Amino acid sequence: MSTILNLPDQATARVPKRNYLTNENGIMSWLLTGDHKRIAILYLISITFFFFIGGALAGLIRLELLTPQSDLMASDTYNKIFTMHGVVMIFLFLVPSVPATLGNFLIPIMIGAKDLAFPKINLLSWYLYLAGGALTLGAMISGGVDTGWTFTTPMSTHFSNTNVITTGLAIFIAGFSSIFTGLNFIVTLHRMRAPGMTWFKMPLFCWAHYAASILMVLGTPVLAITIVLVALERTVGIGVFDPTKGGDPILFQHLFWFYSHPAVYIMILPGMGVISEVISTFSRKRVFGYTAVAFSSVAIAVFGFFVWAHHMFIMGVSNYAVLVFSLLTMLVAVPSAIKIFNWAFTLYKGSITFETPMLYAFGFMGLFTIGGLTGVFLGTAGTDIHLTETYFIVAHFHFVMVGGMLMAFLSGIHFWWPKLTGRMYPEKISQLAAVVTFIGFNFTFFPQFLLGMLGMPRRYAAYPQEFQVLNVFSTAGATILGVGYLLPMIYLVWSLKYGQIAGNNPWQATGLEWQIQSPPLTENFTTIPIVTQDVYDYEWLERQKEHEVTHVG
Amino acid sequence: MSDSHAVAVAEHGAHEHPAHLRHHFVSLEQQDETASFGMWLFLLTEIMFFGGLFTAYLIYRNWYYPAFVSASHTLSITLGAINTLVLITSSFTMAMGVWCAETKKQKGLIWSLIATIVLGFAFLGIKTVEYKEKFEKHHVPGSSFSIQSFVHPVAEDGKAADKALPADTAARTEVYFSLYFAMTGMHAVHMIVGIGLLLMMLVQAIRGAYSHGNIAFVENFGLYWHFVDLVWIFLFPLLYLISRH
Repeated sequence: MSTILNLPDQATARVPKRNYLTNENGIMSWLLTGDHKRIAILYLISITFFFFIGGALAGLIRLELLTPQSDLMASDTYNKIFTMHGVVMIFLFLVPSVPATLGNFLIPIMIGAKDLAFPKINLLSWYLYLAGGALTLGAMISGGVDTGWTFTTPMSTHFSNTNVITTGLAIFIAGFSSIFTGLNFIVTLHRMRAPGMTWFKMPLFCWAHYAASILMVLGTPVLAITIVLVALERTVGIGVFDPTKGGDPILFQHLFWFYSHPAVYIMILPGMGVISEVISTFSRKRVFGYTAVAFSSVAIAVFGFFVWAHHMFIMGVSNYAVLVFSLLTMLVAVPSAIKIFNWAFTLYKGSITFETPMLYAFGFMGLFTIGGLTGVFLGTAGTDIHLTETYFIVAHFHFVMVGGMLMAFLSGIHFWWPKLTGRMYPEKISQLAAVVTFIGFNFTFFPQFLLGMLGMPRRYAAYPQEFQVLNVFSTAGATILGVGYLLPMIYLVWSLKYGQIAGNNPWQATGLEWQIQSPPLTENFTTIPIVTQDVYDYEWLERQKEHEVTHVG
Repeated sequence: MSDSHAVAVAEHGAHEHPAHLRHHFVSLEQQDETASFGMWLFLLTEIMFFGGLFTAYLIYRNWYYPAFVSASHTLSITLGAINTLVLITSSFTMAMGVWCAETKKQKGLIWSLIATIVLGFAFLGIKTVEYKEKFEKHHVPGSSFSIQSFVHPVAEDGKAADKALPADTAARTEVYFSLYFAMTGMHAVHMIVGIGLLLMMLVQAIRGAYSHGNIAFVENFGLYWHFVDLVWIFLFPLLYLISRH
């Protein structure tokens, strides 16, 4: 199979002695660092930790659902397990996944800056994340919380006697971590670009993060005030959401989904940024319709704020509201489709190679498309009434979040691994892992579409006998999926010591991050670059190389 | 204003690397612009934060207008107006502080900060008096809330009593007071954070930290303080002045 991989001669190559990892030593040099690259690594370790906690909880859920009875655990334990799975995966993994790790590491380098605009706030955001994570774990260990990650009132304000406030506080704090990350990105992209780096010379990765940051900055505070009101209602007994006092529980839903719908775009947009970079690099072509893809990210961010009520079609909102929000929901499909079609056209007549990041990217395109199209079923009011609160919806958002976002995350981690660490991951076994993940994913979640169509409701520990076959399929698939996630964990750690030396630009990619050493220096660039080339300009890269050869010769 | 700015720029030109230019910025101008841009974005998140409360207020005021009118009448316009005046004055003293920092008048900066702190405490003090009265009249939402004063209103010190409300309307005053405490409470939390930062700045100012042109923190805090003031400018009419003739 052809490959674009271009490594330096392994016999003579060395990982540069001076780089951001070796610049300073000792635990304090990490815990007090202002370096965006080190903070990215700290984030990577922490979110991986929480991913495996969330994954273990998912394993318990699938194990319980292997049989129709509620036999592995009591029903309220099951409620606590799926609540924690949701809280951990959404607030502690998906929201910070790509932005806080790859975004943190790459955005300053991609635009030719030495660091993010506010390094201390960046570090603060990591500590806030840890505080939120620790509180979540604390809430889980000291009895858990059983409201579902949606904290539906009046369940969360009046009837649940579990750790609602602790978990709420954890999300409140983690939310600030997310706000600070988004704020840092927006300011950095506006104010820190190198000379010549215009908005339309920025990689699409930066555009996607810009759009996601807008959502973080504008959406998250609304969640914060909602949590404050729930906490006040639970402790003091104010009456904003309490119908016995004249409050309205639907108002809680409006406020909650005003954040939590844009939040799904916070989660997916950075992943789309990764896919744009990967597809371009492994087809050796400029991304087709660069401007359209860039603006589609912004369009998703803008439309994303006007569709929240599609989570509430059966909650008693007016029929006119349902009509309007159903139409607006269809509109979001347009920019998403623009991206998928433009990636497809980028592939067309490209010189495609199938390294691991590209395999994950293909997985993303297929699974995200299925996830997106099933979203249209749910955005259509008539079918939504049948499908909502069933396993169909569970399958839908897992296709988007796990099939889409997690694939994009793994794609990005493999793609930039040589830049992060200076060493290559082992290619063959990682290709295997990508395929195993894809197969395991489909086995796990496709049966859930069928279960939902047949009417199996979500969030129950027990189910009727006739659903068992599909549930066994799903649990078996989850086992394969688990293997698919454990493999990278093992070989990526292995590669830190034994991987091949990557050199500056193993993928012969065009981004600024590939023109500097791997791993980069603490200050990224010895002199601030002056950007003259266009983005994704492979001919420029060729000329650079020719120049290098003649120069050496 | 523009003159002093020109002076500042000329001075920065004199030494190549002022001590407070952080390594990842090219120039002080870029550093200051970045900081103030960050602050404006942060204020945008604050608008969204209070926006949730204002939305709730808008909905319930439309639903329960008579209850909101009666509940609003229990607030003291005098205290509210005094507090508004106190806050606007504190915004003025803060603006003076920023001006003093820009023109390197250290004494002026210190006194402006002290005045702002005193006015901030005055606001919180008056607010405490108002809260205390709410506790005494059982107007605090929760288990001890009582609609007595709305169902059987009593005339007090020369003011004519409001019309009695039917029990079901009177019950909705609890929503008003829920919002009253949530909104003014969140505003007070922002004031307390602000006073904390002011005290920190005062210590720094006495040490002379702002006499070398490194005043971005003072300027950006000024923006925050004006924002908190501005929130109150909306809260005062919305909570105190419903249907007052």
